[in-house]
Amino acid sequence: MVQVPTGSGPDQVSAAPRSARRAPIPRVGRERPTGSNFELYSWYFFRVSGLLLILLAVTHVVIMHVVNTVDEINYDFVVDRWNSPFWRGFDWLMLILALLHGLNGARIAVDDYVRPRGWRVFAHSVLWSAAIIFLIIGSIAIVTFNPEAVVTAGR
Amino acid sequence: MASNYRGYRPPQGMVSWALHRLAGLGVLVFLLLHIVDIFAVGYGPEAFNDLLFIYRHPIFRAGEVILVAGLYYHALNGIRIILVDFWSKGWKYERQMFYAVVALFLLSFIPTAILMLRPLF
Repeated sequence: MVQVPTGSGPDQVSAAPRSARRAPIPRVGRERPTGSNFELYSWYFFRVSGLLLILLAVTHVVIMHVVNTVDEINYDFVVDRWNSPFWRGFDWLMLILALLHGLNGARIAVDDYVRPRGWRVFAHSVLWSAAIIFLIIGSIAIVTFNPEAVVTAGR
Repeated sequence: MASNYRGYRPPQGMVSWALHRLAGLGVLVFLLLHIVDIFAVGYGPEAFNDLLFIYRHPIFRAGEVILVAGLYYHALNGIRIILVDFWSKGWKYERQMFYAVVALFLLSFIPTAILMLRPLF
């Protein structure tokens, strides 16, 4: 995995000329994928969506669990919050990025652990289906929410 | 005679990787559950408020603290991964960055956990 020597870096050998002394940079972390465009885009997507999600998800947690607690959150809280197009957009972007980032991570885990071909196809099908289904129900919840329609339908 | 062997010590890169995957999959499981419960909001106040008993349950509240721990660690170690990938000197400092991740995690998570559990105090 990681083979970085401590203390004694590659610069310790000093007899050779400078250009020859420069050791190749050891590979640390997951290698940038080559060969398949999909894997390369997935690699970049993890990093870009990850940075955005740090902002989105940490803000979300701080608002829901630090500024407020679960004791204060109820239906009226959601009505109030989703009155604002900003928070609806915020939540929708977070939903899409978090779901794709998370399920893509699960896909990498499946590739690591599920070896038999049939099970692999099955696991990938489950993940892609989950992505579509949860994107749809999550989007319906956020985009179509209309408290007035709910109240009249209940009467 | 005492042995110098102090047990198997996994390298930092392996620990950070295993925690990153565990935290990521844990947060994903919660996310799927959370999408389902938020769907109930469309069915009106009674349906949604009735469902919230889950979130108020002590076991679930403890779970939420663990969820935040996973999220914070995954976020901080994610920054470390990005630095290793895109910063030309990142590979050299990946171990030091792991210790920074642990330190920043404790600095951010402990106050958050105290605030989350403040109704208990």
